[in-house]
Amino acid sequence: MVTMVVHESQTRMHAASSESAPRPALAALWSAAAAVPDPEVPVLSVTDLGILRGIEWDSHDPELVAVTVTPTYSGCPATEAINAALRQALVAAGAQRVRIETHLSPAWTTDWITADGRRKLAEFGIAPPAARSPGAAIVDVSRLRRRERACADTIPCSRCGSARTERLSQFGSTACKAHYRCLHCLEPFDYFKPH
Amino acid sequence: MQLLPDPQKIDAASTVERKLISDPASSSVERKLVGDPIFDYVLRLGDSPLILAQRLGEWVGHGPILEEDIAQTNVGLDLLGQARLWLLYAGEVEARCAPPGRSEDELAFLRDSGEFRNLLLVEQPNGNFADTMARQFLFDAWHLPLLRALARSRDGRIAAIAVKAAKEAAYHIERSADWVIRLGDGTDKSHGKMQAAIDDLWMYTGEMFMADPMELALIEAGIAADVRALEAPWRAHVEEVLAEATLTMPGASFMQQGGRRGVHTEHLGHLLSEMQVLARSHPGAQW
Repeated sequence: MVTMVVHESQTRMHAASSESAPRPALAALWSAAAAVPDPEVPVLSVTDLGILRGIEWDSHDPELVAVTVTPTYSGCPATEAINAALRQALVAAGAQRVRIETHLSPAWTTDWITADGRRKLAEFGIAPPAARSPGAAIVDVSRLRRRERACADTIPCSRCGSARTERLSQFGSTACKAHYRCLHCLEPFDYFKPH
Repeated sequence: MQLLPDPQKIDAASTVERKLISDPASSSVERKLVGDPIFDYVLRLGDSPLILAQRLGEWVGHGPILEEDIAQTNVGLDLLGQARLWLLYAGEVEARCAPPGRSEDELAFLRDSGEFRNLLLVEQPNGNFADTMARQFLFDAWHLPLLRALARSRDGRIAAIAVKAAKEAAYHIERSADWVIRLGDGTDKSHGKMQAAIDDLWMYTGEMFMADPMELALIEAGIAADVRALEAPWRAHVEEVLAEATLTMPGASFMQQGGRRGVHTEHLGHLLSEMQVLARSHPGAQW
């Protein structure tokens, strides 16, 4: 396993009340950080999504909290908003200084979305990701054949549960979701793509 | 303004044995980049997604349908994110031999076209939707196997970025191959446009599989992926998709090259002028 610090930033924030307060328990910091929602899919927290990988005290600086985050998609614009929200939550929970480390490896996968997170997604109307076998092929052309197209996907409708659905676009309202339409209830819905 | 390389020189190298010409008369730009070869190599990895992302961004608001407008931009966003990871790393590598090294923004916005290492293919204009999807498909079919090969790089950072980017590229190729088939196996008009797009872009595909001495040394060291080994599977895959799309695979032809040495087509300068104008007119601007 390779873990790499790609981006490191540090903030110095002094909440007047916490100047001489004892440092908070790690568990308290965890629960504060775990409550931070994903700005794009607000029903999911950063822990539901599996992108918050660690919180610990820096080994050299007793006042510095080191947070490890693994981004979902390389270009996801939510990443910076999430980092800012994490920082804010931790400072509010009594952390003196916060360093956010972005680890690329091991790469984030939708397998890290918790069972709770999958349930919340479904309740929110977004079909949770199915298992995806990566395969060695560059692309499976048989899945793209025109005649077999309609039955290539079996993502059940997140509203009525029907299996008769079709994909309108591989890329939906955000990079992590595809856009589907139910052929039974005729409603469009988002599908969180396996990654 | 960039001049294309002497066509005679290219012909000699590109017909039978397509070796990359190691240009003896390197420009001042060329000399400036000599340093850590990994810096140059990482720029090669990052500049193609950067330039392609800029091209895809030009589609915003102009897609044929809303879903595809959004999809186009999403792919561009993935590529831009990947470019940022590569350029950030390139700047750190540069800092090791020429401190302090440049930031990702400086590398993206303050280099001139002769310093860009992207493939000629990705700087080609968007044209019509078939042109854009053909360009995307020819690139994706190369990009995904390249990233998968780079996942085994002995440079841990290169491997980590590649593993992440490969997951995204797998979705890109699914979409671009789908469009090649939809348009190729569509109406007479869409078939004609897709065939013309593939034919027009074909001469920019040759350089994807060429390695110059610098890259060969990095392949030897287990850092770079061997692009020469990617050609046969790429051809087989492209052939399969084109057959499904009822399109004709272009025959052996003259192959243009130069992107890896900073010798670009006339289109890159125009693209950069738009991409860089804000950063150059208002140095240090934030938005």
